[in-house]
Amino acid sequence: MTNPLGPIPGEDPDKFDTEREQQREEHASERSDSEQTENAIELKEVEGLSQGRIVFRRFLRHKGAMISLAILVVVVVLAFSSIGINVGPIVTSGWWHWGYSQIAPIVNNGEPTITLWPFSIGEHPFGQDEIGHDAFSRVMRGAQQSIMITVVIGIVATAIGVTVGALAGFYRGKLDAFLMRLTDLIIIIPLILLTAIVGKKFQDSGSFVFAIVIGLLIWTGLARLVRGEVLGLREREFVDAARVAGASNMRIIFRHILPNAVGVIIVNTTLTMAAAILLESALSFLGFGVIPPDVSLGRLITEYQTSFNTRPWLFWWPGLFIIIIALTINFIGDGLRDAFDPRQRRKLNRKATAAAAAEREKAAAKA
Amino acid sequence: MATFLTRRFLASILVLLAASFIVYQLAANSGDPLEDLRASSARNKEEQMEARIRNMQLDVPSPLRYFLWLGGVLKGFIGQFDLGVDRKGQAVTTQLGAAMGSTLQLVTTALLIAIVIGVAIGITTALRQYSAYDYGVTFISFLFFSLPIFWLAVMLKQYLAIGFNDFLESPVIPPEAIIGIAVVSGFVWTIILGGEVKRRLITFAVAGAATAAALTFLSVTNWFSTPTLGPVVIAVLGAGIALLVTTLSTGLSNRRSLYTSFAVVVFLVAAYFPLQYAFAYATLPIILGLSAAVVVVGVVIGWLFAGPDRWLSARTGGITALLVGGLVLLDRFMQSWSIYANSSAIGGRPIGTIGSQTPDLGGSFWVTGIDTFTHLLLPTAALLLSSLAGYTRYSRASLLDVMNQDYIRTARAKGLSERTVVMRHAFRNALIPITTIIAFDFGAVIGGAIVTERVFGWSGMGAMFINALPLVDVNPIMGVFLVTGISAIVFNLVADLVYSALDPRIRVTA
Repeated sequence: MTNPLGPIPGEDPDKFDTEREQQREEHASERSDSEQTENAIELKEVEGLSQGRIVFRRFLRHKGAMISLAILVVVVVLAFSSIGINVGPIVTSGWWHWGYSQIAPIVNNGEPTITLWPFSIGEHPFGQDEIGHDAFSRVMRGAQQSIMITVVIGIVATAIGVTVGALAGFYRGKLDAFLMRLTDLIIIIPLILLTAIVGKKFQDSGSFVFAIVIGLLIWTGLARLVRGEVLGLREREFVDAARVAGASNMRIIFRHILPNAVGVIIVNTTLTMAAAILLESALSFLGFGVIPPDVSLGRLITEYQTSFNTRPWLFWWPGLFIIIIALTINFIGDGLRDAFDPRQRRKLNRKATAAAAAEREKAAAKA
Repeated sequence: MATFLTRRFLASILVLLAASFIVYQLAANSGDPLEDLRASSARNKEEQMEARIRNMQLDVPSPLRYFLWLGGVLKGFIGQFDLGVDRKGQAVTTQLGAAMGSTLQLVTTALLIAIVIGVAIGITTALRQYSAYDYGVTFISFLFFSLPIFWLAVMLKQYLAIGFNDFLESPVIPPEAIIGIAVVSGFVWTIILGGEVKRRLITFAVAGAATAAALTFLSVTNWFSTPTLGPVVIAVLGAGIALLVTTLSTGLSNRRSLYTSFAVVVFLVAAYFPLQYAFAYATLPIILGLSAAVVVVGVVIGWLFAGPDRWLSARTGGITALLVGGLVLLDRFMQSWSIYANSSAIGGRPIGTIGSQTPDLGGSFWVTGIDTFTHLLLPTAALLLSSLAGYTRYSRASLLDVMNQDYIRTARAKGLSERTVVMRHAFRNALIPITTIIAFDFGAVIGGAIVTERVFGWSGMGAMFINALPLVDVNPIMGVFLVTGISAIVFNLVADLVYSALDPRIRVTA
């Protein structure tokens, strides 16, 4: 939200206290007047803070993002603590009394035993499937796998996307043309076709390898965005200054340019991760993702699709967890975008605006 | 302009060629195509293996095999288009021909509806930024953005389709449901329209009462078993459409446009009964011809109203004619509904959940049309909801960006009406980035379609791909890829055309 009539963000509002400016202010509409007030409050608040701290504070103020972050943390902790971790050398046991491949005697006809009032978890809060697997532990294992795959895809895709984008944008010329044509090549193939073909090849090697391979394919969007940012940043004065000071190209790219593009990178990493969990579950649903005996959330939905008419709850829980994870990541991404966007100003509530207006009037009366 | 388009087209063909090589290599090396035969204990194992090696040309290494495949594709220029055979020796071209239609129909329908609704919602939310409506839509679009499409599809299938079919057995809405729906509808309209407390209360009461009255009427007259509109309802709805189109297109103060659109509605209502005779002989070309004729009539009516701005009235008349003509067509489809729903193949459960059409249905143009519609309904809804969210967000952001530009302030300062500012100065410019994104998004929609088809048991390209991939059957996979790739290029070309229509600078510089 830029306000062309208001002071330029980043400049000291006191500078505008000349006669001409006052005149202009009087002619300005009421709306821009209140926006100007908001501007002044915002500028006063961020006085003397570094860019990082401003962004961080803006993020903390974004209610949707903070609630989402809290929910996501709860889900992650629940998934990884309840049934324990079993990744290569790290093996811990969780506090939940059923394992995800353990077969338990069927209680309550397999229906969920969780009740909200009076609150009790019961023996199998999410119910059981036909053979007696505890649905809660399976959903938790599925969530673990899906979260792990999402994070790995996010890291790999970001690393490649940033590198390719930065190199293409910084060196331009032939390297740029080559890298961007490569990006075009991958973009034209529908993502689900490409990842399904590659996923089929690597699904036997376990979900970690699968995640890395998928990450190798979905960096294209980020690469284009980073290239655009770098193309703009490399013409700036601080890059010239760094070069005059004798910095190498790599140092300029990684120490001077990329930190300035961090907003685009972080926001798109979160959005890529939200897309990744949906992609993973779609692939597992089609049978080209995680394969039995391991489970992921998408895999669980496939397995239980046939028992929808008899045990619909088996189908709800994994779907619910996919939605929770994807939704919270999307909201966090949105919060980060708002926090990094210099044009975003905080919306003041009525009380704060009124208080600020009263203060201005007082100051005007004094003058 | 032509050079620009040609250059873009040639570049995308080259990219598609290179991409096809990559896909071919990945697919050919994704597994062992002879796996099941190696483990088999059949007596004629050797012969089977040999037959498959012959069909799939496995004796040729995969990089060279690609060029054999490409040769078949390039033979299309001399009229012998050939996509090879699958592992059983059946031609891919025939399979693809059957599969392509239903998938492309699904994708195009869903995409077009999603674009129209998504842009409309996005624009209205941007105009009412930070209202309850805006926040509500934002939350809902984030929710749909995060829904796995297959989960949504299964939910729609299990609850909506089966629930609606159950409802149709005795289509009476119980009073408590009517009250509930009326309250919800009143609430939704209040949020959408907004305003002061008094206005909100009025909106709530009017919308709730109208909904309750309409539902009671529909329920009492058994409308859901024998749906119909009739000339009276068409006239009333048509008048509403005429008002809406005129408001958006030229503004109500342009009397000639207003009269034009009402004249069009009167004409179509008068033509209602004559048209019914024409509809008896309906085939697709006749219907398309009639639609074109109706639009031409609308344009001519507008033109005859003359005045200094004939084309404005003509445009309004044409759009109104198209929409109201659609209503007349819908009415004719509704007349065939009971024939369709009670036919033996349907058995009173009309909303299809499996396949893209009812086998052995037969019947007139209208009955098969309804059949296509009932089968398209749920997959389209699933695909629509998941892509709608994105377009809503993009168009909202895009319009907000534009509305802060200086030229919008200039337009307002000139004293233009808000309608002109939004529709002509802002909307047009906001469409430019949206066009880019839509073309870019086509691949994602194709992906969604593959998953949706799986849930609804369509035998489209999705099924072809999903069945071929585990068997490492490369040629069907390549066929699917080729169709999606070419349609992506076509969509990009269309986007370029729209782009140049929206942005004169492109026409000049290219």
